[in-house]
Amino acid sequence: MNISAAASPGAHAPSHGHDRHGHDHGHDDGASRTVYGFWLYLMSDCLIFASVFATFGVLAGSYAGGPTGKDLFDLPYVGVETLLLLVSSFTFGLATLGMHAGKKAQVVAWLVVTFLFGLGFIGMEVHEFAHLIGEGAGPDRSAFLSAYFTLVGTHGLHVTVGLIWLAVMIHQTWRFGLDGVVRRRIACLSLFWHFLDLIWICVFTFVYLRGVL
Amino acid sequence: MIDRTSSLHGAHAASHETAHGDLPTYLTGFALSLALTALSFGAVMSGWIPHGMILPAITVLALVQLIVQLVFFLHLGASREQRSNTVILTLTVLLVVVIVGGSLWVMHNANENMMPQQMTPAAAMAHE
Repeated sequence: MNISAAASPGAHAPSHGHDRHGHDHGHDDGASRTVYGFWLYLMSDCLIFASVFATFGVLAGSYAGGPTGKDLFDLPYVGVETLLLLVSSFTFGLATLGMHAGKKAQVVAWLVVTFLFGLGFIGMEVHEFAHLIGEGAGPDRSAFLSAYFTLVGTHGLHVTVGLIWLAVMIHQTWRFGLDGVVRRRIACLSLFWHFLDLIWICVFTFVYLRGVL
Repeated sequence: MIDRTSSLHGAHAASHETAHGDLPTYLTGFALSLALTALSFGAVMSGWIPHGMILPAITVLALVQLIVQLVFFLHLGASREQRSNTVILTLTVLLVVVIVGGSLWVMHNANENMMPQQMTPAAAMAHE
């Protein structure tokens, strides 16, 4: 799909008549329609999270005699996780600005920074999960912990997929430049990444902060 | 060809200004998000707020931060090119409220009306 894109590495080179993904249709109709469709997907994803949040809300007090959120959650640790994800959301914004300025190196650099912050977040989360399971507070301990691992794990899986996507887009931006296809994909990834930060606001508020009250 | 290219460039630039924000927009959103996150954690960890008020406070702070990020990072709003996105988001929020609110409400009532008071897991197993 990117072979035709590679043929026109300049960002604003719509004169290639054979480029089906070019600006002629791509940027005005196709691209905005793609981003609109991706937004629809995100909203349906939002309903998945709503269901998992509802499950967690119902089971949040079902400790089965096991540890509670107050026993398990380390708020400063969660605060650092939150900071990593928030900074990564901001640095993705800077990558988007670089994209609209047509500065390829700037886009790649900020996407790499975003990737590293996202990786730090996932690393901390995996460490946290391993620690909980090591303490005997795994998902099999109580309904509360099953719901906790499902909710936070679903978010973590999304971030992991986002990291893979980021790595792919870093490569594609580097290899093909900021053509119509790459721009469209970065625009979708940007929505995805900011969306995950929105979900995390709900997670740290209603899982961690409420959990220690 | 040249004319069409330049007009596309024009449309291109115009859509950027409205739908993608600029550095001050991202900086404002980032600063507000940092402040709201710090307030949320502070409300729980500092003990300055009466215990009964903490949950309402962090709920409001989370809602405000969601709106801040939707506006400053996702550039949602009532502008023409964002309107359909905003409409779908509004519908989704309605569905989320029904799913989450309805589940909590129904299950709370079920627990109130059907769960014997003070039943421990051990007692429940003894009933079987």
